[in-house]
Amino acid sequence: MNDAAAIHTQGLTKTFRGGQVAVDHLELKVPSGSVFGFLGPNGSGKTTTIRMLMGLIEPTSGTARVLGRPMPRSARTVLPHVGALIEGPALYGFLSGRDNLLRYDSADRAADPRTRRTRVAAALDRVGLSAAAGKKAKAYSLGMKQRLGLAAALLQPRRLLVLDEPTNGLDPQGMREIRALVRELASEGTTVFLSSHLLDEIEQVCTHAAVMAQGRLIIQGPVSELAAGARGRLVVTTPDAADAARVLKEQGIADVVVAAGEGRGQGEGDRVTGEPPPPDRDLAELNVALVTAGVRVRGFGLERASLEDAFVALTGEGFDVAG
Amino acid sequence: MSRVETNGVEATATDVATAEAASPAARTPGFLWTFGLFRSELVTTFRRWRTIALLAVLAAVPVLVGIAVRIETGDGSSMGGGPGGGGGGGGPAFIAQITNNGLFLVFTALAATLPFFLPMAVGVIAGDAIAGEANAGTLRYLLVAPAGRTRLLLVKYAATMTFCLVATLVVAASALAVGALLFPLGDLTTISGTSISFAEGLLRALLIALAVAASLIGIAALGLFVSTLTNSGIAAMATTVGLLITVQILDQIPQLDALHPYFFSHYWLSFADLMREPVYWDDLQRNLGLQAVYAAVFGAAAWARFTAKDIAS
Repeated sequence: MNDAAAIHTQGLTKTFRGGQVAVDHLELKVPSGSVFGFLGPNGSGKTTTIRMLMGLIEPTSGTARVLGRPMPRSARTVLPHVGALIEGPALYGFLSGRDNLLRYDSADRAADPRTRRTRVAAALDRVGLSAAAGKKAKAYSLGMKQRLGLAAALLQPRRLLVLDEPTNGLDPQGMREIRALVRELASEGTTVFLSSHLLDEIEQVCTHAAVMAQGRLIIQGPVSELAAGARGRLVVTTPDAADAARVLKEQGIADVVVAAGEGRGQGEGDRVTGEPPPPDRDLAELNVALVTAGVRVRGFGLERASLEDAFVALTGEGFDVAG
Repeated sequence: MSRVETNGVEATATDVATAEAASPAARTPGFLWTFGLFRSELVTTFRRWRTIALLAVLAAVPVLVGIAVRIETGDGSSMGGGPGGGGGGGGPAFIAQITNNGLFLVFTALAATLPFFLPMAVGVIAGDAIAGEANAGTLRYLLVAPAGRTRLLLVKYAATMTFCLVATLVVAASALAVGALLFPLGDLTTISGTSISFAEGLLRALLIALAVAASLIGIAALGLFVSTLTNSGIAAMATTVGLLITVQILDQIPQLDALHPYFFSHYWLSFADLMREPVYWDDLQRNLGLQAVYAAVFGAAAWARFTAKDIAS
């Protein structure tokens, strides 16, 4: 019964009134101790999934286990170990940041009232809000609200953190801080379940990832494997694009594409890309062939596939397109 | 926070047995721990500008009545339909006696605010209780905390009832202060014509305030139920106040006589019976019974609805 998964769903399905299937037989497995990236275009069912995991929405069918226990039935015993930021922060605007946290903490029946003030102060400190703790929450900027929401998730030591778009509204510096915080928490042993639309963010902090589209799980696994699934590209930067493309085709390179002007970053020239040659082929030979044909090569090499390439390959669409 | 604490919990993470052993500790948090949420709810409710504004309006009613009566002094002989009879044509109950004794302003003010101002204020607070949190999104964080749906609903109930009591006491206290300032105080005459001491009168005033506060339980339960039906605080408040007005109107239609005893407002003015000597309990008891039925029926309905509701806001 206890698998080492922090989150494990089986056939999890939610059909809303009106017959719209928001989540369709989801089989999600989040290993304990992982930083798990949950990806998908808007409307792909990520938030509905998170709400079901948190016991806010009753699944139509299927089961969800969080920290080894069934949800929503065990909400009372599971949720004190879970910190959550769901669809952005929600605050009492007329209360100060500190009072907001005091309220959320008093809602947790497992929280000790004797340590409440210390824990609130520590959480505020951790997200860098100590100086603004006495300010009314309605005067907070979006980034500050986001931080306060995070602080609410960190009021107790947690075994699982569910963070829905945690860097929304933050400036680059704030994003870096949140990423550092996520890494720190993960190193302490907290499992972090992170939904984001920023692929490079997922790539930077996550060990595992899952991709959803139209309510279905497309793929899940370690980030390294996911990115490896998409093949890289052979890239040649040159002012003689036409010749280069011809030579590459002659050498048996498939899917040769010329992108005019894109090579300017590496000096004057165009970018010619193609599928990488088979592994037994020496890349240097290709380069020799280009040079002997009189192509002036300014840049030559293989570009590793990014998660974004993998994502586009999987969903067959741009990332921000609503599903 | 401290690494030590985190590691301590993490050590138990993989062990289900330990997690289960830890859960009874979470399940028996003691009275104080539950009281924490109730106190937080009260603080949250009474720090809202809207609550303060409602209480200010309620406190202003006795001031206005007191000043009006003071200005009209000498003309105070219009006994109207008789005191305690429901405040028919001659203004609210007891208004004629205010010039003789300021304490009567308490009864008058409560009689004047009970039909509309008080239940409207309660309707606003009760209607907003769940729907307002849902609208602001704070409901999901309270539930994920986890507050527990039943516990949260009970706390909302208790806080709304507390507001009923506070609102009534605000009217009574304001009326007592204004009455003492503008009019003479002293022994007073009951509706039955007997005379009671001022101290006894104060006690009766307190009893009346409690009876009025208890009269509001029905509308509070109704408002909380409505509040679980929608995610819009405004809609819930408007619906509750709309129901209040509808019931008040229906209660005036003679053809619906058979239904009247079931309207939550039907026995509201029975509190005047506390000013009889001896006190006439029948209608007071009917009122309390009716309010209890409303609290039970709509409380159960609110519970059934709220514990099964998908929180999608």
